[in-house]
Amino acid sequence: MNTGIPVQYFLVLATIMFFTGVYGFLTRRNLITILMSVELILNSVNINFLAFNRYLYPHKLEGMFFSLFVIAVAASEAAVAIAIIINIYRRFTTINVEDVNEMKF
Amino acid sequence: MTSNQIMFILFSAMIVVFSLLTVTTRRVLRAAVFLLFVLVSTSGLYFLLNYQFLAAVQLTLYAGGIVVLIIFSILLTSHISQKFESPGLKKVIFSGLATAAGAFLSIITLLDYNFSATVEAAKEVDMKLIGKSLLSVDYDGYVLPFEVISVLLLAAMIAAIVVAKKGGPAKAHSQTLNK
Repeated sequence: MNTGIPVQYFLVLATIMFFTGVYGFLTRRNLITILMSVELILNSVNINFLAFNRYLYPHKLEGMFFSLFVIAVAASEAAVAIAIIINIYRRFTTINVEDVNEMKF
Repeated sequence: MTSNQIMFILFSAMIVVFSLLTVTTRRVLRAAVFLLFVLVSTSGLYFLLNYQFLAAVQLTLYAGGIVVLIIFSILLTSHISQKFESPGLKKVIFSGLATAAGAFLSIITLLDYNFSATVEAAKEVDMKLIGKSLLSVDYDGYVLPFEVISVLLLAAMIAAIVVAKKGGPAKAHSQTLNK
């Protein structure tokens, strides 16, 4: 392979990153840090897509375009999530998930 | 050891260390900066894999856009010097065990799996090809997801404006409730 690195290394790296994100998602209580964990998870999936595309199917472009669309979806998700977080902060003056237990007034 | 391998080790070490710091640090602004480092190292990996366009997109959109958005919302919603209380020991142990077991199983499985690459020649990924594929309706075209993503981005933009817009009477109502 042109880069001299086995494909498994990329996959192991993406796995570690994914589960780090899951750990943050489970332990964090602040909404913004939960959002950051989700970004980590999405990013690790992108690495997987690109490694598979480059190593196993280099004559196609599916992985690249899927990563592109994942990035676009992550961007819109972050925008909407931050709008919601700001709205929650305005109503409850906190963004701790344990203090925000009423969804409706 | 080739320069590619050295760069891969450097980037992957940065990714692992900084993603662990992102989820464990107790200051929220530092978590955002560590996330920025993770995203920049990831774009370095994309350069290693020869996807220059995607690396540029990662740098501008993720590292430039999303992280700035997150930092803005941190500044709007929490005090900079504020520290979180650490999560309970029980929670840390059980989440750590669950995620470590998941990571262990996945890594074992994928190290065991025999990946077989195709023998077809690699395609050179240049901007012309990317633009043509994005707007073509052929077998290799991606015009439908492209259009769907455009509509999604528009919807997300409008939704963000509508949701974050300052409400009139609702605000006074919630303030009295909070007292």
